[in-house]
Amino acid sequence: MSIDSLLEGLKARDPRAIGRAISLVENGDESADVILSSLDENLVAGAIILGITGPPGAGKSTLTNGIISQLRQDGKRIGIIAIDPSSPISGGAILGDRIRMMQHATDRDVVVRSMATRGRLGGLCATAGAAVRIMASCGCSTIIIETVGVGQSEMDIIRLADITLLVLAPGLGDDIQAMKAGLLEVADILVVNKADCKGADILAMDLEAVTRRGSANPTQVSMTVATEGKGITELLDRISSLDSEHRDSGERHKRRRGAHDQEVLDWCLEILRPKLLAEIRRRELPLPGDPRLKAKKILDEH
Amino acid sequence: MTEKTKKNRVLVGKPGLDGHDRGAKFIAHALRDAGFEVVYTGIRRSPEEIAAAAIQEDVDAVGLSSLSGAHMRLFPAVVEALSKAGAPDIPVLGGGVIPDEDIAALKKAGIVAIFTPGTPVDKIIGAFQDACAKKSAA
Repeated sequence: MSIDSLLEGLKARDPRAIGRAISLVENGDESADVILSSLDENLVAGAIILGITGPPGAGKSTLTNGIISQLRQDGKRIGIIAIDPSSPISGGAILGDRIRMMQHATDRDVVVRSMATRGRLGGLCATAGAAVRIMASCGCSTIIIETVGVGQSEMDIIRLADITLLVLAPGLGDDIQAMKAGLLEVADILVVNKADCKGADILAMDLEAVTRRGSANPTQVSMTVATEGKGITELLDRISSLDSEHRDSGERHKRRRGAHDQEVLDWCLEILRPKLLAEIRRRELPLPGDPRLKAKKILDEH
Repeated sequence: MTEKTKKNRVLVGKPGLDGHDRGAKFIAHALRDAGFEVVYTGIRRSPEEIAAAAIQEDVDAVGLSSLSGAHMRLFPAVVEALSKAGAPDIPVLGGGVIPDEDIAALKKAGIVAIFTPGTPVDKIIGAFQDACAKKSAA
């Protein structure tokens, strides 16, 4: 596909062009600059970006599927970026989140993209951010980023979101206290999925108790049964009222600004990393010797 | 410019009503261990669903598995669905319980490689690598 026909395709919201554009940016192709500068910044600014995180098996993909169904009834166009980890050994990955969303596979207004972490530090944040922008520019008014909430790269990703949902389910280990501190802190809305299962009420009470500590208005817990579509309407109502609150209070703008600065930093590092690595290798630095001192020397000389 | 980080991306799925996914999952894992990014779409997919997913995910190749005997209808149907959706360049590979006498007809219908029971996994990985390389070069 030539770059001109790709840009034409993006304007026409052609699925092939959208898929291709995301790959080219993800793979660091030269055409990424042209693609990203062609985007409609107004659409990007207007879209709502939802982060959905939580432990494996909590029902993130199924909940995402439920949210898609509901938003499609309202005639909205939706983008989904589903992130799964790459194997640190082989570099390969199995991207399986789509399975739960296949009922929407032939719906052209549901744009799904699976993405592997590829062991990138900030790089994933940069490429996922670019994918969000491509989808928004192609008319997706809601974009969901779905990721397992463990590990630093996943936590970084969630910073791209305007509003973050933490999805939990009973029976996955109820030791909320011991849960990674950051997860509860970044979540705007806590969701207890599989609410028809034993232990859901206790989990919800535990969560409320944990978040109440030291806070005047504790985070409310939403209950859902994603497989049956229960609780989704109420959840979406909460999301949209929180979004309006954030727009009024300036919180949304503050978050976008934070995410933007982080993305610019990530891109700087992405662009610099291969150049720096080449420079380091070119110098054939002698061993032994302190790596930090060598690093400063290289940077000072540039 | 940023470092080029092209990875082989493939889709593995099962068209039709056959629910026996052990073979498909085995191949998905083998490809992952060989460094592929594998979009796994699971069982009971229509050819149109597989084609739409392959396009959205911008994969370099599609791998199909069938153990029910419906390969003669379903494999070519996926090739056709890809073509109809504007992606005739995405190669389709297939495996499963496929009689030798069907192989020529399937290849004629556009399936680039066929794997029968007992095919060494390295050969399958090699065929996917070839298909991805050809697609990227095109």
